[in-house]
Amino acid sequence: MSSTTTTPIAPGERTVQPRRRSLPVFDPLLLGAGIGLICCSYLMLRTAVGSSEAERQAIYGGIGVLLAIVVSQIDYTRLREFKLGLYALMIVLDVAVYGFAPIAGARRWIPLPGFSFQSSEFGKLLLIVALAGFAVDRSRQLSERRRTARVMLLALVAALLVIPEPDLGTGLVYVAIGFAILFFAGTSWKHLTGLVALFAVALTMALAVAPAVGVHVVHRYQVQRLTAFLNPSKNDTSAYQLHEAQIAIGAGQKTGQGAQATQSELGFLPEPDTDFAFASMAEIYGFVGGAVVLALYALLMWRALRAITVAKNLFGTLIGGGILAMLMFQAFVNIGMTVGIAPITGVPLPLLSYGGSSVVVTFVAIGLLESIYIQGRLAASGKNRALVS
Amino acid sequence: MPEPIDERRSPMTPQLALRVAIVGSVVLALFAILFFRLWFLQVLTGNQYVAQAQVNKTRSVVIPAERGEILDRTGKSVLVSSTKALTVQIVPTELPVKMSLVNIRHPPARDAAVFDRLAHVLNMKTKAKRCTIYAPDHRHPRLSPIGCDVAKELSLQPYGNVTIKQKTSKYIQYYVAEHQNQYRGVQVQETSIPGYPHGTLAAQVLGTVGQISREELKSGNYPGASQGEVVGQTGLEAQYDQYLRGRNGKQQVQVNAQGIPTGTVTSKQPTAGHNLQTSLDVALQRAGQASLAESVATNGGGAGGAFVAMNPTNGEIYAMGSNPSFDPSVFTGPISQKQYNREFGPSANDPLFNRATQAAGPTGSTFKPITATAALQSGEWSIAQTFDDTGQYCVGSGAATQCRHNAGGAVDGVLNLVSALKVSSDDFFYHLGALLNPNNPYTHPNGGPLQQWARNFGIGRNPGIDLPDATRGTLPDPRWRNQRNRLEAQCDAGKGQFKYVNAARSYSSHPRKGYHRKPKTAAGSCGIADGTNRPWSIGDAESLAVGQGDVQVSPLQLARAYSAIANGGWLVTPHIGLNIENADGTVLQKVGPDPHKRNLHINPLYLQTIREGLHEAAQTPGGTSDDVMGNFPRTVYGKTGTAQYQPPGQGEVDYAWYSCFVPASATSKPIEVTVWVEKGGFGDAAAAPVARQILSQWFLGKLGPFTSGTSTTL
Repeated sequence: MSSTTTTPIAPGERTVQPRRRSLPVFDPLLLGAGIGLICCSYLMLRTAVGSSEAERQAIYGGIGVLLAIVVSQIDYTRLREFKLGLYALMIVLDVAVYGFAPIAGARRWIPLPGFSFQSSEFGKLLLIVALAGFAVDRSRQLSERRRTARVMLLALVAALLVIPEPDLGTGLVYVAIGFAILFFAGTSWKHLTGLVALFAVALTMALAVAPAVGVHVVHRYQVQRLTAFLNPSKNDTSAYQLHEAQIAIGAGQKTGQGAQATQSELGFLPEPDTDFAFASMAEIYGFVGGAVVLALYALLMWRALRAITVAKNLFGTLIGGGILAMLMFQAFVNIGMTVGIAPITGVPLPLLSYGGSSVVVTFVAIGLLESIYIQGRLAASGKNRALVS
Repeated sequence: MPEPIDERRSPMTPQLALRVAIVGSVVLALFAILFFRLWFLQVLTGNQYVAQAQVNKTRSVVIPAERGEILDRTGKSVLVSSTKALTVQIVPTELPVKMSLVNIRHPPARDAAVFDRLAHVLNMKTKAKRCTIYAPDHRHPRLSPIGCDVAKELSLQPYGNVTIKQKTSKYIQYYVAEHQNQYRGVQVQETSIPGYPHGTLAAQVLGTVGQISREELKSGNYPGASQGEVVGQTGLEAQYDQYLRGRNGKQQVQVNAQGIPTGTVTSKQPTAGHNLQTSLDVALQRAGQASLAESVATNGGGAGGAFVAMNPTNGEIYAMGSNPSFDPSVFTGPISQKQYNREFGPSANDPLFNRATQAAGPTGSTFKPITATAALQSGEWSIAQTFDDTGQYCVGSGAATQCRHNAGGAVDGVLNLVSALKVSSDDFFYHLGALLNPNNPYTHPNGGPLQQWARNFGIGRNPGIDLPDATRGTLPDPRWRNQRNRLEAQCDAGKGQFKYVNAARSYSSHPRKGYHRKPKTAAGSCGIADGTNRPWSIGDAESLAVGQGDVQVSPLQLARAYSAIANGGWLVTPHIGLNIENADGTVLQKVGPDPHKRNLHINPLYLQTIREGLHEAAQTPGGTSDDVMGNFPRTVYGKTGTAQYQPPGQGEVDYAWYSCFVPASATSKPIEVTVWVEKGGFGDAAAAPVARQILSQWFLGKLGPFTSGTSTTL
């Protein structure tokens, strides 16, 4: 035991003693919440879209669970060494999409034989790990101001790469991840406040000031979507989507319409399987279904916070913070959008929205959280034993 | 090798604990918000969204019912046929952007795109052309042909469907149905199109059909009808609409967001309308219309006329015509403004107007049998009593003496009732009129025996026929005259119901002032009465006795009165509808007015005398219509009439009348014929020959030569 605390760690060396006992140290609630959500997704898709999509989603979920279990057994700390490589990989992936033909007007997918995947989804995870690594490195060597600037800059570069795909939603997720990592890294309130103010100014410029002077930083439709929830009576496509989503949710009532969920089945609800998956869920299974999904997300986030608190080192805390930020941003913005209290951004609802990349990435993220939890618990138990002995 | 200090520090610093707590609180708060929002949407206000979702998913599709046919008296010849045809319609409220009166001049771009696509499919032009809309501003926007159709139809019928093309092919129907998202607001469905195999035959009697208007829909006269449905507008089509129309079927179709049907929820099959068998005789109708048209053209200068041929014993109408006529088939398809003006405009003399039931005028001498009945029944005159016709008849004495003369100054000598009817002596009947006049008009506001008997014969009353808008005409009496005088005085003073002029147009621009007041005008300027405020006088009674002056009778009313003389004193109810049948001819229901006849209780001897006078007038030498009817091989009882009518601002014109009846023969039923030719001159010259042709067709089965009479009595 004492050797692990005194000897410097060499690259590639095991930092934690192999498990001696087969204790159920992993967090069953965390993985359980993820599996629960993918089950909800299966039930929803089966009614709203069709059984073939539902089955594919279940297969993605299965692959995701396996990956999560594999990842949870790896010590995440080793990923720190590859931070540069991970960041570079993310840049390559996000740039690569521009080399392929657009699908439905957007360049978000990289086609591979047999399937295609959404690079920006994987980018989220790569960015989280890479930024956490950079932040840990910089925590001592640089002044706080420079660390803040670097981390935020790295996140912004990634965001600016995906926004023109166009994928504004993922771009905003990247920014949120950067902010969360700084937040959990202990950046001073002054810097955080400054960042929020900067972001607010940039948003105002992009949405209000720039169009007024004739420069369209973001697409007109994106502005429309972001502001539609503020005045839903306006007769444009975005307001229509919001309206139909609220009809769908409201029509679900307490226990849902089941197979008679016409809003999602007959196509009145736009994107019933992806962007408006929660509305489909709420129409088909009603308030009961919606509340179960909300509860599962709450469970997921609570366990993520728990992983953050038990993490054995800052790197783990930051990865957990980034993942939590990703989950929070996507869940709250997406659900908020469908119930009419947040702007429309095309962020998928983790695990509920149909889509292999998103499901697999979310499960890998859960796997990482599990790894943080397991490593933290193991380290703690080791420490306890050391103290006792 | 970097020193992994952070690896070894305790992860839970107080700072991190604080931040985790903050994030946890934020997560908790956000979940609370979402939870309550979901609660609000689904549990508190869920019902309203259920209703909206319901509206979203179903569309009602109407399956039009086939309209019934109108048949002649044999039930074999079809007067109005009904054929099913695929019709392309635009439903303005279902277009991508709703169209209404506000935007007909500038169709929204998305609607215009639908029009252009439809035009392409139907092989119509899309180029914008000048389009005449019947709108108050008289502007002519440039629109594509379909846009123009929509604009025109909407300006006339703001809530109707617009028919773009009839008799289209199945292919179009399938194409539009398959591309419903590109053709929102376009419907292709089978509708009934009326056909008129006999062209203009009995056009005003049969009537027209058209889309129900908003007012008609509200009126409740068309039970079960819905917006866009085709209903009877005039004539028999309107009268028997409830039987002819049938009931539309309805299909509740579940549709998806693109409006493409995904399944049928409920379906109600349409019920076809029933057929109407009428009492009309096609051959007689054709003969009557042809000879009336000939007389109107040669004698009446094309002004118009009407005839009624009916069974005097039970009121069945054999034939009823009004000239000028029209071909109702022009209303089944789109009609251009030019064509409408040509056929129905001011210069066309109102062909839509059924002069046999809706027009009324003084009847001239054809009124005399009514006067004779009144005189005999009231005891003011007897069969044997005579009167010396010296060529003039005077009342009053001294300077107040007023004299009237026979037409052409004829002197007919000593006359009894029969010979007075034969030669149509005006002086004789002036005398009867004077005798029948109440001594004190104030104590007898309804007049004397003359008015009473005229009412008994149905003059001034609703004839009760099964056609809409039959006129009651006018029977003048002291009360009526006083009322007219009062109205004229009110109008001259600009008071009462005549307070405002041209209310529709002259609304003042200043809202408080309301409509422009009608100024005071000179007495008699309104044309309701002559302005002298004169009360009922003996002269009015004399005029009424010979069917001149203020009395107004429709040809149908006169035919009904003569029927009573023909059938022994029973007032019958004229009717055209006989039976409601289903498609294979099974009678479902007898219709038409109650066959009830009212007994007028006329002494048979008096009736005998009057008939004798009518027969002598028609078929003995010296009778007023002997030169026309004399050689007809049946016993004819007939009376000529020449009504002197002075249209405002014009010279006097004579309206020709003839009314006659012939009893049943071994092979034919009895018939009563009344003919009226506007501006036709003498009754014997213009009206009697038409009646002769109708009788000829009825009894002999063929038309004879058309010969105008030469008698110049009134």
